[in-house]
Amino acid sequence: MSDTHSNTVAYVRDSMLPEATPPLTEVGAIRWLRENLFSGVLNIILTVLGISSVIWIVLHIGPWFLNAVWNAESLAECRQILDGATGACFGVIKDRWHQLIFGFYPPSAYWRPTLAFVLMLVALAPILFAGAPRKLFWFSAIYPALAFWLLWGGTIWFPIIAMAGFAVGYLAYRVTLPLSTLAATIVGVLATILWWLYLTGPISNMLSGALPIGIMPIRSDSFGGFMVSTVIGVTGIALSLPIGIVLALGRQSDMFLIKTVSVGFIEFIRGVPLITLLFTASLLLNYFLPPGTNFDIILRVIIMVTLFASAYMAEVIRGGLAALPRGQYEAADALGLDYWKAQRLIIMPQALKISIPGIVNTFIGLFKDTTLVVFIGILDPIGLSNAIRADSDWNGIYWELFGFIGLCFFIFCFGMSRYSQYLERKLKTDHR
Amino acid sequence: MSEAAIERQIDRSQMQVTDEVAIQISDMNKWYGTFHVLRDINMTVNRGERIVICGPSGSGKSTLIRCINRLEEHQAGKIVVDGTELTSDLKNIDKVRSEVGMVFQHFNLFPHLTILENCTLAPIWVRKTPKKEAEEVAMHYLRKVKIPEQALKYPGQLSGGQQQRVAIARSLCMKPRIMLFDEPTSALDPEMIKEVLDTMIELAEEGMTMLCVTHEMGFAQAVANRVIFMDQGQIVEQNEPKEFFNNPKSDRTKLFLSQILGH
Ligand SMILES: Nc1ncnc2c1ncn2[C@@H]1O[C@H](COP(=O)(O)OP(=O)(O)OP(=O)(O)O)[C@@H](O)[C@H]1O
Ligand SMILES: [Mg+2]
Repeated sequence: MSDTHSNTVAYVRDSMLPEATPPLTEVGAIRWLRENLFSGVLNIILTVLGISSVIWIVLHIGPWFLNAVWNAESLAECRQILDGATGACFGVIKDRWHQLIFGFYPPSAYWRPTLAFVLMLVALAPILFAGAPRKLFWFSAIYPALAFWLLWGGTIWFPIIAMAGFAVGYLAYRVTLPLSTLAATIVGVLATILWWLYLTGPISNMLSGALPIGIMPIRSDSFGGFMVSTVIGVTGIALSLPIGIVLALGRQSDMFLIKTVSVGFIEFIRGVPLITLLFTASLLLNYFLPPGTNFDIILRVIIMVTLFASAYMAEVIRGGLAALPRGQYEAADALGLDYWKAQRLIIMPQALKISIPGIVNTFIGLFKDTTLVVFIGILDPIGLSNAIRADSDWNGIYWELFGFIGLCFFIFCFGMSRYSQYLERKLKTDHR
Repeated sequence: MSEAAIERQIDRSQMQVTDEVAIQISDMNKWYGTFHVLRDINMTVNRGERIVICGPSGSGKSTLIRCINRLEEHQAGKIVVDGTELTSDLKNIDKVRSEVGMVFQHFNLFPHLTILENCTLAPIWVRKTPKKEAEEVAMHYLRKVKIPEQALKYPGQLSGGQQQRVAIARSLCMKPRIMLFDEPTSALDPEMIKEVLDTMIELAEEGMTMLCVTHEMGFAQAVANRVIFMDQGQIVEQNEPKEFFNNPKSDRTKLFLSQILGH
């Protein structure tokens, strides 16, 4: 056998080799460790340094968590229980979590923001996930009015009449459509705004006089905590995207007036710190509104935060638009699609997809910026941590509160980030 | 210049030039800023004509055919397509665009839509065809360009030649009466050029009115009934292909032909 093999070129294998297991260094955890942690001298040094700093941190923070006191009514009691040892005093969170979440909202009505939050998840489902039933879109459409009613209470007529503003705007749009699309759009938007400013209040007062249906009204001074952050953040996010799209398109428009207005708006809003806008909202905005309107401070803040985020959003989306090859516009034109159809079916889906990281960046920034409202006296979680410390029971407690607030923000923001990654993967069609 | 050999026998029974005018361009001029790209263009295209436009780079060929569906605006003169004059009136422009199909050098498929969706988009949204019917029509044309099995893939998964054939099918789904081609094969590898040219020949055999900017002289000789040579924004010479290639009149044409055919 072996001599034929070595003497001639011809060769026939007479026994097949069984499949062998690879050497230990090539499989599983060992291979992973070798490739990722110990692949070279520098890598080994970095790994050792990294592991030692992790150990150092755990050794120093570990006891703080391990000794944590959950059952204490005050910081003094906490210290007594700890008896000199280092340890966190999470009793404050157990004692005051409801305040961190709801602010000074009446406890008997906690169910209202809770229900609004749960329904928000339902309303978001069809928007975020293609698998959700399409019929839910109707619920998403009425959700803003419903959430407003649940949170602020009062007569049910106000949100209904306010929603009717959209129908009024649409009607005005349809009536003027034969003139020109642009004129009809402007008339429609104006009609809606005028309806809100001048007619919604009187009509809903009249209706609630005739047919009083409602729940206990709750003023926005008693709103606070994560409820406020969520209301401002979610509304801002939901509104800034469409407004940002319109502004980005306006900035690219051939029409001089529209272009100038868009550019002016974007540059002005971006050039001003959010905090000045918030002060404007809290102090000045009432001067511009018809006398006698008592415009809710949280709604005013929402408007400012939305405008602020819209300007950034517009620039992010403009980046996406600029990244699209001209050929896409030309192909859409050549097929006979008009401007709006081309935007909706061809341009925006691609531009938004390209802009997802930037859009989510703006969303996250907006959500964290809601903490700035503390400066105009709204009790967001940071404001509440000050309020909690003002109580002599918890005077002097910092880390536990800020840690908890930070953790909650992190969960929200990380969630958004993961969702955007899911979306990017789902929309990936270029197969490069 | 690549020159794909046209081997197949061409069926000329349906290729008939009629008296009906499809496109009428008179005294048309266009400027880009101060640059005079198109100068005094006069041409009439009858229904059923297959016209090849050639000329050196920068001579305004693309600009000319892009004016026909108003991807570019002309500043003087008149362009009438299928009886509709192109002015700034958007209704007319949309009408012309839905009658005239266009195929681009770089395909310009919509990468976020499947092949089938690319083909049904315009019929559904412009012509208001029901989705099911639009899909049947799309599959018909995809079979015709010989890639029905790719219908559910995305453009990024197809070869260049396949993408260009999808682009042709996409235009055909709008049932256009005129087709414009702007160098449809010049971004393709040689073996893909042939499959795209075959598709275009079949289209010609069915009597489609076609305007092609191309340097495929084999295609021009086999299919065209007229060749137009442009230089510096002007129509310098036009003739039937045999005469044009064998017996060019102007010096510019001779120079151009010797450059692209003479090697
Ligand atoms: N958008 C534009 N703005 C200014 N000049 C332009 C523009 N588009 C084209 N041109 C110029 O107009 C001339 C004609 O361009 P066109 O694209 O029609 O040439 P072409 O004959 O198609 O050339 P090619 O064979 O390279 O495609 C060129 O000199 C080009 O530089
Ligand atoms: Mg060209």
